[in-house]
Amino acid sequence: MTDETTSRSPAVAPAGFARKYRGLSDRAVAWLFIGPSIFLLLAINIFPLIWTIRLSLTNYRANRTNADVDWVGLRNYERILTDPDIWNSMQATAHFLIWTLVLQVLIGFGLAYLINKKFKGNDLWTTIIVLPMMLSPAVVGNFWTFLYQPQIGLFNYVVAFLSGVDPSSFSMIGDVNLAPWAIVIVDTWMWTPFVMLICLAGLRSIPDSIYEAAECDRASRWRQFWTITVPMTLPFLMLAVLFRGIENFKMFDLVVQLTGGGPGSITELTSINLKREAFEKWRTGYASAYAVILFVTVFGLASIYVKALNKVKER
Amino acid sequence: MSFSVTEPSRLQKSVAGALVVIYALVTIMPLAWIIATGFKSPNDAIAYPPKVVFEPTLEGYVNLFTTRTRMSPDALEEIGQPETWYDKIVRQYDMVISGPSRYGERFLNSVIIGFGSTFLSVFLGTLAAYAFSRFKVPLKDDLMFFILSTRMMPPIAVAIPIFLMFRQLGLSDTHLGMILLYTAVNLSLSVWLLKGFIDEIPVEYEEAALIDGYTRFQAFYKVVLPQATTGIASTAIFCLIFAWNEYAFAVLLTSGTAQTAPPFIPTIIGVGKDWPAVAAGTTLFLVPVMVFTILLRKHLLRGITFGAVRK
Repeated sequence: MTDETTSRSPAVAPAGFARKYRGLSDRAVAWLFIGPSIFLLLAINIFPLIWTIRLSLTNYRANRTNADVDWVGLRNYERILTDPDIWNSMQATAHFLIWTLVLQVLIGFGLAYLINKKFKGNDLWTTIIVLPMMLSPAVVGNFWTFLYQPQIGLFNYVVAFLSGVDPSSFSMIGDVNLAPWAIVIVDTWMWTPFVMLICLAGLRSIPDSIYEAAECDRASRWRQFWTITVPMTLPFLMLAVLFRGIENFKMFDLVVQLTGGGPGSITELTSINLKREAFEKWRTGYASAYAVILFVTVFGLASIYVKALNKVKER
Repeated sequence: MSFSVTEPSRLQKSVAGALVVIYALVTIMPLAWIIATGFKSPNDAIAYPPKVVFEPTLEGYVNLFTTRTRMSPDALEEIGQPETWYDKIVRQYDMVISGPSRYGERFLNSVIIGFGSTFLSVFLGTLAAYAFSRFKVPLKDDLMFFILSTRMMPPIAVAIPIFLMFRQLGLSDTHLGMILLYTAVNLSLSVWLLKGFIDEIPVEYEEAALIDGYTRFQAFYKVVLPQATTGIASTAIFCLIFAWNEYAFAVLLTSGTAQTAPPFIPTIIGVGKDWPAVAAGTTLFLVPVMVFTILLRKHLLRGITFGAVRK
């Protein structure tokens, strides 16, 4: 037993001292160490996922435990994919996802580029910029409702001060046209530093010698930026987009506290919509099918994206 | 200073510096505003134009931690003069303090659940990470990916069966339930990060210890653990921050005994639009995280990218 394990892992334990072991074999230790983690993940992640899939094929309602549960096959899925409300949520999510990614990538990369100029005190200012990202999104969403108050809110006041409009004439979270932007602004304020940090790591990974060589070849600064800086930070940037994309697809806490999905259902992102179906209307089976569709979508998009990312890395 | 083509010029540095400083100032304005609002009186908080200079008061904090009742002038006379500073603040509005609010309890719940789940996820994570780093585990890459993928699920998607499961097992609204749940969510981060840290510790040390007659366990906790302390500490703080900030599961699975602060803070506002109390509650809840962030700035990147970006 012991011999078998060691011969399977020559890099770790040369066969020589295998016989000196007292106590458990490596394999036993390995399973003893990994087992509890895998068990917990199975119990709290995988088992519920399988249960969700099972529930999605029924008309079960969690608030009526005594009612008969019928198998409805794929009917829940069919109803979801033809439900206009859900397509509205998908649209709201797409708007939120696309604009937050665009803004965060542009501002985040810009900031990283500037910070990489290594001016004095850049560490301090970087730390300050990073603060919002570490805070609780729900609490952040809640206090931004205060900043967005018409008239008394700081945001309205600053906008009014800069543009000359009346600060009580617009309400960021009460107006159908402005609310989708209200959530984009807060998310961008909160998460741009994340993209910035990753871009900064990318910029710092480019060796100086490449720029020196380019300088010798008389490449212009502009050309250096597009042929060295951008392509070499691209894998990092794409990684940042992946992380932010997954997170914002799942977005719940920040927006639910900020607008609650309103006004009407204009900022009702898929997770908020799902929560209403599952825990307010108690259509458990239907909501489970919805959850499965969301999970498959995010997993599918992420896998395609990771393939693209790997291609860029190989280049 | 020697000449270098890659060193930015003085002008470039000052322009870059100025732009970044402007952005940083704009970014902290909302935070500074909330902290300031916590020290305003309710009237100052909703003043127009917004007040930058104001007379600081602890009213918000008093209101945050207490419940108050309004009394008739006769009843107030009977009670007599207010004795403590916080009684005096409340008495301005003809009110008396009738008891503590729930904020203290909710904050304590956040502390218990945060530290409990952090301890468990780091403990389990260290063991698993060590095994993944040092042993030949069948399907290692698949298992690692499986652990990572558990993080991709929208919390609301698994919340339905977890809600049902907890109801069945009597774990709804209990500290234990929330600790187990947050441990499971944090495990992926903790395993990935710690594996990176342990990978960097040379195997030779353990091999030497094994040859000297240590068992695997002894080698693990006498040789590897002491060297992984920094990694373990920064992983722990990331797990703690996550558990501290989490809202979706907390709002769905807790309502009373085990409710943490994030679902509670928005309810402080009540009918009275008591913005200073909300701001005070927000400040107390956010400041510990800000302090940790400043202390941790060197390890930040690795923690938030699952170890994908190293320095």
